[in-house]
Amino acid sequence: MMAKLLKNREVLLVVAIVILLVAITLRFPGFIAPANLARVYNDTSILIILALGQMAVILTRCIDLSMAANLALCGMVAAMINAAFPGVPIPLLVLGVAALGAALGSINGLLVWKLDIPPIVVTLGTLTIFRGTIFLLSNGAWINAHQMSDAFKALPRASVIGLPMLTWLSVAAVGAIYIVMTRTPVGRAFYAVGGNPHAAVYTGIDVGRTRFLAYCLSGALAGLSGYLWVSRYAVAYVDIAAGFELDIIAACVIGGISIAGGIGSVGGAVLGGLFLGVIKNALPVINISPFAQLAISGTVIIVAVAVNARSEKRKGRVILKKAEAI
Amino acid sequence: MAQAQLSPRLIPDRLRSRSSRLLKSWESLLLVVAIMIFAINSFASPYFLDPWNLSDATFNFTEKAMIAFAMALVIIAGEIDLSVAAIIALSSTMMGLGMSLGFDTPMLVIIGLGTGLLCGAVNGLLITGLGLPSIVVTIGTMSLFRGLSFIILGDQAYTGYPASFAYFGQGYVWWVFSFEFALFVLFAIVYSVLLHKTNFGRAVYAIGNNQTAAMFSGVRVGRVKFILFLLTGLMAGIASICLTSRLGSTRPSIALGVELEVVTMVVLGGVSILGGSGTIPGVVLAAFIMGMVTFGFGLLNVPGIVMSIFIGALLISVIAMPILWSRTRRRGAH
Repeated sequence: MMAKLLKNREVLLVVAIVILLVAITLRFPGFIAPANLARVYNDTSILIILALGQMAVILTRCIDLSMAANLALCGMVAAMINAAFPGVPIPLLVLGVAALGAALGSINGLLVWKLDIPPIVVTLGTLTIFRGTIFLLSNGAWINAHQMSDAFKALPRASVIGLPMLTWLSVAAVGAIYIVMTRTPVGRAFYAVGGNPHAAVYTGIDVGRTRFLAYCLSGALAGLSGYLWVSRYAVAYVDIAAGFELDIIAACVIGGISIAGGIGSVGGAVLGGLFLGVIKNALPVINISPFAQLAISGTVIIVAVAVNARSEKRKGRVILKKAEAI
Repeated sequence: MAQAQLSPRLIPDRLRSRSSRLLKSWESLLLVVAIMIFAINSFASPYFLDPWNLSDATFNFTEKAMIAFAMALVIIAGEIDLSVAAIIALSSTMMGLGMSLGFDTPMLVIIGLGTGLLCGAVNGLLITGLGLPSIVVTIGTMSLFRGLSFIILGDQAYTGYPASFAYFGQGYVWWVFSFEFALFVLFAIVYSVLLHKTNFGRAVYAIGNNQTAAMFSGVRVGRVKFILFLLTGLMAGIASICLTSRLGSTRPSIALGVELEVVTMVVLGGVSILGGSGTIPGVVLAAFIMGMVTFGFGLLNVPGIVMSIFIGALLISVIAMPILWSRTRRRGAH
């Protein structure tokens, strides 16, 4: 029953994306060319990676408003290390930055776990703290392309089997998180904690620890994205990805991940991100002013929430009917 | 121990008793913090105690605090409105549009208030009419309202408001007290009375504590919530008039990020983000604290973004303090 509903929601999203693509193609046939679609996916890769982390957090009935700030801080640290010590191997740097992101995420997790502070307050606080820390580290200065080593800038663009490394990294992240969510106890625990925390406690799941792990995961993915963002755009400054936390949450919401916790899937998060990505990439192509982008994505979010709420309500009614029948 | 790991959202009783116990000491705690910051400020800079400086310092919080009063009610009722900054932007844009069509000050004020109310009504309808979660709806309308400002304005700005319009953000009523500060005091009183002395206020608490119970005891939950979102819209409209008048210009990026500062102010003021508890005097104190911190750091030439570290840390530590405190006391009792 659940699985069927979830599947339907994803099918719905796929249909929506296809309709969107067809509509765009009517105005601009080149958009649907495989090479262009690959470019659209590549553009959306970072959003997808972040949406996966946010999904884990939202599943446990929490929220992470600090993801974009975490990304910016990790990106700045990566750029500064690279500028100061160009000799540090890039894979090591990427791992280090992901670990830093996880550490920052664990601060959120610990505050939520050990001090019982509501997640929205914690991440609101760490959001401003992380942003301020970037300024303290960099003194407000930008790190520009010429200060970064070539290897640092090359990684996301490096072509592997015809597609950029950035695309492959996001595919790998999707695969890894899919396995974590569906095949490991931790993934099950995320769903259990969000679905019914009381029941989760009685089945032996440590609710606080599970939330802590979700924040570590979202932090690690934010850290990884920090490197990807900075190296892709070849610039690091205080305000990178400002306001992006809302895009990430929007991707999750469009993807059918319930803000009340417990409901959602990796496929939904990916499709939600892709939906936003297609819109973002299509606007200039079909001659809609980029200024309209915010208004359009806002409308899309509201429609998506309305659709999600509808399907959840229907489920409630069905249960009641069954109860009446008995 | 397993109990303690559950989110407080699930056990509102525990949280409520904890916060009501601390309610009185919460405001005194804030008062102590406010006095401390005042003292530190006056030692840190010789320019602080100048009455004109202090009066200017009120601009750091008056606009946000006006919204924070309405936001406090929304949060006490267990909802949230993240679209307030976008409403400021849209109201300001519409006023700019009105100005470019040649309207004078009274009409501009009506446009500003009307836009705010209309945006609030859109939020209210979506949330109560369709039964959607307010956090997601207002994230959506936040993009929508801000996006509309971008569509109308593009990358330009409106400047050249009529001279009489400047009064709202730059005028003084008594000696050094600005018009905005007078508005702030007025709204502090109005919202205190509304929340603490009227049936409407009781209904707000009732909804925040247990929406179903409130519904069965005759509270019109939907209507109350709709009015609350109208109020945040209206207050955002008023703040927009003040801010636009003070800056004398409208850009689509006006008031960016203000929603988080408003929520911070409300939560710092002792309003539980989970709903059901909080007071307006607490929010007033939190507004003073945040305003003075900003002002003090400004006098010391600390960049705005570094202040945000302090505000963030203040938010987390002030919220954590009573939790840690009650925990050590509970341990002591056993």
